[in-house]
Amino acid sequence: MKLVITLTLSLMLMTSQAFAKVNVFSCEPEWQALAQAIGGEHVKTYSATTAYQDPHHIEARPSLIAKTRRADLLVCTGAELEIGWLPLLLRKSGNADVQESELGYFLAASQVDRIEVPTVLDRSQGDVHASGNPHVSWDPYRLQTIAKLLSKRLQAIDPNNAASYQALLSEFNQKWTASIKRWEAMTAPLAGKKVIVYHKNWSYLLKWLGVEVIADLEPKPGLPPTSKHLSHLLSVTRDNKPDSILIANYQDDKGAKWLSGKTEIPVIHLPYTVGGSDKATDLFSLYDEVLTLLVKGNG
Amino acid sequence: MNTLFTKTKAALAVAGLSAVALTGGVQAAGLGKISGNEFNPAISLILDGRYTDINSSELELPGFQLGGEAGLPSNGFSTGHNELVMSANIDDNFFGTINMAIVHSDGETEIELEEAFIETLTLGNGLTVKAGQFFSGIGYLNSIHDHAHDFADRPLVYDALFGGHLMDTGVQTTWVAPTDTYLTFGAEVTSGSNFPSGESEGNNNGRAFFVKTGGDIGMSSSWQLGASYYESEFDVREAGGGHDHGGESEEAETIDNELLNGELDIAGIDFVYKWAPKGNNKSTNFKFQAEYFVKNESGLAEFVEGDASAEAMYDGKQEGFYVQSVYQFMPAWRVGLRYDHLKADNKFSDFEDNGIDEEEFMEESGYGTEDDPKKFSIMIDYAPSHFSRLRLQYSELDNGHDEPNDIITLQYSMSLGSHGAHTF
Repeated sequence: MKLVITLTLSLMLMTSQAFAKVNVFSCEPEWQALAQAIGGEHVKTYSATTAYQDPHHIEARPSLIAKTRRADLLVCTGAELEIGWLPLLLRKSGNADVQESELGYFLAASQVDRIEVPTVLDRSQGDVHASGNPHVSWDPYRLQTIAKLLSKRLQAIDPNNAASYQALLSEFNQKWTASIKRWEAMTAPLAGKKVIVYHKNWSYLLKWLGVEVIADLEPKPGLPPTSKHLSHLLSVTRDNKPDSILIANYQDDKGAKWLSGKTEIPVIHLPYTVGGSDKATDLFSLYDEVLTLLVKGNG
Repeated sequence: MNTLFTKTKAALAVAGLSAVALTGGVQAAGLGKISGNEFNPAISLILDGRYTDINSSELELPGFQLGGEAGLPSNGFSTGHNELVMSANIDDNFFGTINMAIVHSDGETEIELEEAFIETLTLGNGLTVKAGQFFSGIGYLNSIHDHAHDFADRPLVYDALFGGHLMDTGVQTTWVAPTDTYLTFGAEVTSGSNFPSGESEGNNNGRAFFVKTGGDIGMSSSWQLGASYYESEFDVREAGGGHDHGGESEEAETIDNELLNGELDIAGIDFVYKWAPKGNNKSTNFKFQAEYFVKNESGLAEFVEGDASAEAMYDGKQEGFYVQSVYQFMPAWRVGLRYDHLKADNKFSDFEDNGIDEEEFMEESGYGTEDDPKKFSIMIDYAPSHFSRLRLQYSELDNGHDEPNDIITLQYSMSLGSHGAHTF
């Protein structure tokens, strides 16, 4: 009798697994977009944050616990970006499959090496990330590595569709490699330009483009701009005039506007991630739009 | 000798490199060294200090027998709850944490164990089991430590009915339903030996149940609604406030204020609503919360002072609520308002006067009711970073006994070490 019940149950589970989509909980829209691109029809994706939120300042709210409970795979940035809420979601969800030691736990920033790893860890330096700059999605080459490893992870979780994931990855890779070529040609004039940024979330992008960052609007990482720091920046820009000020559209642009008003340096508002503007609907169109805005704004 | 040393170093370096590859490139300083401290738990330290201007530091709420940590801060400078918290995943199956409050008052320093528990990580299917000493999951604020509250002091209903927090040793099971709308159920079996319960032989009389649901409304709002129930039985409960409670030290030896063969139940409802423009709470956000609890308790009340005594059968109903709103109007700055209201209805029968009359018994035991205690608070706080906060609060406490108490608090609350958790 017991055997029959066990068999029936496992059969039910197997059939439901064969038809069910892999539930992907991503912490940020860029990983939702990536999971969708390389998971296709086999995945159902969700993003815990939108392009208008600061992913460092999210709370482990009820709806996120409910989503984590049902996830088969978590795709997050890592490098302490979600440290305030992801550990809490894991503990409260009661979901064994997505705990740190399991296949269902995937941190993008842990798959690649990171820049700006601090040599000294002290909070007087601001809200520093011990593991380095987490904004890895803005290096197209690192993103390609992450795509490859995420596809492997999907194949391990859902082996029945492994071939299909492999095909989707190849398709993505082909298109992405072609796009990199196009983007590099299009952004060639940006090399050597100088910018001021609000926060260090464009570091990978600007390194790739060969753009120099001369200052941050934040006096220390994570702290809002102060009037003292802004007046210091005013004197910095006199000696070393940047071509533009970059600001993501979830960031407060008051400081940027003030500095722009005093110096006539243009402010470029950029969508940081997918969904941050009408055009940025996937990773390709996001890169397209940001790079177009940068070329235009620094012309 | 030298070459052997170099070889060993090279081997260690290779081992270090493969460790990097395995963990996906964790960048730790001095990787490959055998130092023994890489598995240290996450440690954080909460520093809390205050200056209080207060008429009286003795908390009296007629109709409510106080216990646990219920009390008021002392006048002038004082340290609040300085807390040391350590936590880590124990292995792939368990998480563990300890939270100790180091409290200094009346010239003595005490370490109070607030929480020390383990929790399962991999039971799956939405199930989590917690064991040890913990803050009960009832209500909204009960499981949140004081330093993470939005005001310098706890709502009055928590002090009056729970002695601060409902905290006990036992086992808690929670289950998160596999639904799109958040729905979770929790049940606890605890010793039932802490206030508002009391000592008993079995030491497993506490039972708590709670259910919480919640979700988002569009992009900008989220909410949570909860209902809770607690019940317990005890042989003896000794009345008396916590470490902040002044005025009982000299008389304590000759006075016995006890509830015998008692039983109690508490039911409550809690609601929280949060708003931030497009869900981005960094610059501006708004929070509304309200909780209501009602307690029924009964037993044989006994009051002894030297050779005189009195006793009576007691059947009490005590209830209270608070509503509060906190608004962050610009980065780092918040203002908040809170209103507290309590009500007690205590009944006595079979009064026995052995040298203490009914009037004196009512007043001395704390059971006698007067006007409803009320409190009004307003606060403003400034958090220059994620880790520090300065707060100024004014409270007007009317305990119903015609002794209005104006309280002005200037407080710092800071967190050092590992990054705190952003609880909803």
